Amino acid sequence: MKFTFPIRRQFFLYLIASYFVASLACSQVTSQRLLDSAKEPQNWLMYSGDYSGRRYSTLDQINTLNAASLLPKWAYQTMGTGKYESTSLVVDGVLYGTGSDDRAFSLDARSGRPIWQYQRALPADIRPCCGRVNRGLAILGDKVFLGTLDAHVIALDTKTGNVIWDVSTAEYAKGYSITLAPLVIKNLVLIGISGGEYGIRGFIDAYDAATGARKWRFYTVPGPGEPGHDTWEGDSWKIGGAPAWITGTYDPVTNTTFWTTGNPSPSNRGEGRAGDNLYSNCLLALDPDNGKLKWHFQFTKHDEHDYDATQVPVIVDEGDRHLIVQANRNGFFYVIDRTTGKLISATPYGRVTWSDSKDANGVPVERKEASPTLTGVPVCPGALGATNWFSPTYDPQTKLFYVTAREQCDIFSTAPQPYEAGHAFYGSAYYPNDDSQPFWGAVRAIDPATSQIKWELKHLSPSWSGVLSTAGGLVFTGDADGNFMALDAASGKILWHFQCGASVYAGPMTYAIDGKQYVTIAAGTALFAFGLP
Amino acid sequence: MRRFNFSRQVARGNFKANRLAICLACLVFIACFTCNRPLFAQEKNPYAGDPKVAKLGEYQFRLNCAFCHGLGARGGGRGPDLTRAQKRHGNSDAEIFHNIHDGITGTAMPAATNGGIGVGMTDEEIWQVVTYLRSVQVKAPAQPIGNAPHGKELFYGSAGCSTCHMIEGKGGRFGPDLTGTGASRSTDYLIESVRNPSRRLAQGIFEAMKEFPQEYESVSVVTADGTKYAGVVLNEDQFTLQMLDTREQLHLFEKDKLPSCEKHRESAMPAYDQKMLGDKDLQDLIAYLQTVGAQ
Repeated sequence: MKFTFPIRRQFFLYLIASYFVASLACSQVTSQRLLDSAKEPQNWLMYSGDYSGRRYSTLDQINTLNAASLLPKWAYQTMGTGKYESTSLVVDGVLYGTGSDDRAFSLDARSGRPIWQYQRALPADIRPCCGRVNRGLAILGDKVFLGTLDAHVIALDTKTGNVIWDVSTAEYAKGYSITLAPLVIKNLVLIGISGGEYGIRGFIDAYDAATGARKWRFYTVPGPGEPGHDTWEGDSWKIGGAPAWITGTYDPVTNTTFWTTGNPSPSNRGEGRAGDNLYSNCLLALDPDNGKLKWHFQFTKHDEHDYDATQVPVIVDEGDRHLIVQANRNGFFYVIDRTTGKLISATPYGRVTWSDSKDANGVPVERKEASPTLTGVPVCPGALGATNWFSPTYDPQTKLFYVTAREQCDIFSTAPQPYEAGHAFYGSAYYPNDDSQPFWGAVRAIDPATSQIKWELKHLSPSWSGVLSTAGGLVFTGDADGNFMALDAASGKILWHFQCGASVYAGPMTYAIDGKQYVTIAAGTALFAFGLP
Repeated sequence: MRRFNFSRQVARGNFKANRLAICLACLVFIACFTCNRPLFAQEKNPYAGDPKVAKLGEYQFRLNCAFCHGLGARGGGRGPDLTRAQKRHGNSDAEIFHNIHDGITGTAMPAATNGGIGVGMTDEEIWQVVTYLRSVQVKAPAQPIGNAPHGKELFYGSAGCSTCHMIEGKGGRFGPDLTGTGASRSTDYLIESVRNPSRRLAQGIFEAMKEFPQEYESVSVVTADGTKYAGVVLNEDQFTLQMLDTREQLHLFEKDKLPSCEKHRESAMPAYDQKMLGDKDLQDLIAYLQTVGAQ
């Protein structure tokens, strides 16, 4: 008996001490910190930097006056080949990143030296449509969350990289995969599924961050009896596609999360799926607590050109106007009221030939002659779009929206093809029109107030790089020739560049440690960090 | 959600085999099993000459191959014309199967396996494509139509081709090396390249992660000291220019240091009209290119 008291006392002391330490520890990311991310610009807490999807940082140590002196500070070689599409997170000096083939790692963000490394053991028969890519992690508490090419969501220990939980979302063998960076809202981990080239039925899921238990699922193709189901011919909804393969955004004021969806399947052949094909190529406003749909807006109805709407839906406020702005893959810049989902304007920001008219609501509609045929028809933009998944940015200082645009037209032809589970399902073929001028690209600065292009920086070849803007008056982006560049946000003038040695397929981000600002970009097999001398 | 992939994605369609095909497939399977040899080691295509299979193969070709090899297999932006009977990397069914299945090392041709082209083509689909290619194959005559030895004389002589072009290590460096061109391009393309070289500029360096190759654009440069150079672009980006001048001198420029740098989408090669090269001579020249390519 007399030994019991000291043990109990020790236990209580231990508990109190633990609580004290835990409350002091600043390395734990809480959902409140995610909401208040603007208070800690030294960290990059989620895929787009904050919930608005603006990919904008208030850090201004690196600015228009000193950007020319930027230097590489470190490089981390992932040894992963193929396209490197990831944006890293930084929390209190630790960088959490991913690479191709579902590798993940944490680094000392000051030196680039690894702390832990994780490599998913992927089955040999996964079905990534477009490369064995991953775009990044989400973080909450002591876990980072990774979506995998075999369609799992896994939680890794932030300190060790050990797997804490691992859940399967869908059968990868049927063409399901995950490539996006998850989004954490409150205690939930939201993911969207990839697989629009395999005749999947798309969905957005939410998982309990602590346990991995699925809390809700929103099918992006409505089932029988659900609104929108009648926009599909016969049983075509079962293989309707509409994947949600890019990270959404979140408006805490209205507790609404915004997600975008991709093409209906098969992507370039409308025969057999007559109707608008909801909710393919849509912007969806969901309640993050239960996955209930508040409203939707469809950018491209009954798509036949692979015009996925999977571009980050950026939350912008202009006075009393609460907006979502999106430069869509179909070549139009859309301004949408994010309270009601009503379209305010749709204006071309690149070469568009698929549509030459609008419906009563101002929504661009397909020109009949642009429908793919067996022999092929030339259409702009091409299948890869006027832009693609790579992130745009919105700079509240310049009030400009910056996007990497592509000028490429394709010839679209159909190739009738029956559906078979797990097999790619395009029903189509597209190929570049070799009679045209060489394809090119640009960074375009669009004013959401007028939808007019303020300036443009031409790329000699179309780029796949995202764009970052900062309070230093800078816009960072990359090009297909491997250059990573700092531009003057006001004019588009190039102030600095660095040759990374491989085409850039990722979005830049920025962070600070000990008062020193860094900018990162992934290219080739490596992650690079730059800073002032 | 399709995005760019270096090679077009592979799709897989249903092949509704008829009974004969099923029997053949069984026989092939048994043969493979007993011989312990993979299917593609078969010398013969099990579906050879079947027009229905050729049609399926056409769709498979559109889905998987047309992006590079063009609709109808007549050659596209980066892939060779596959309608020619002589194929540089093998003419037999088994060799074509192998090239699709495993890719061709040292070329842009990827393997039709997971990670190469999407999810990978099945053996059956590859045989469908082989069947299709046979159905569109233009039978090459026993002898090329033109006189190849005379074409060689023209190449190294009066036509002046070798001033700028090289074949098997002999000739100039200013234009593209033509050693493999005869095998990888259609006759129509070769004719167009001689008669109207500016219509489609030849492709140069193809960087590993980049979607599109550099083309043989012409460029005129004035340097800070006033020296003028004219030549072809070897590579270029926003900041730098790598060019070869008409005297085969290599220049590496930083573009912001050049007072003048003008590019033209006119080929540096003259357009050979009838006066410069008659139709008969052109035929001989092409016969030479094709003979070299077939070797």
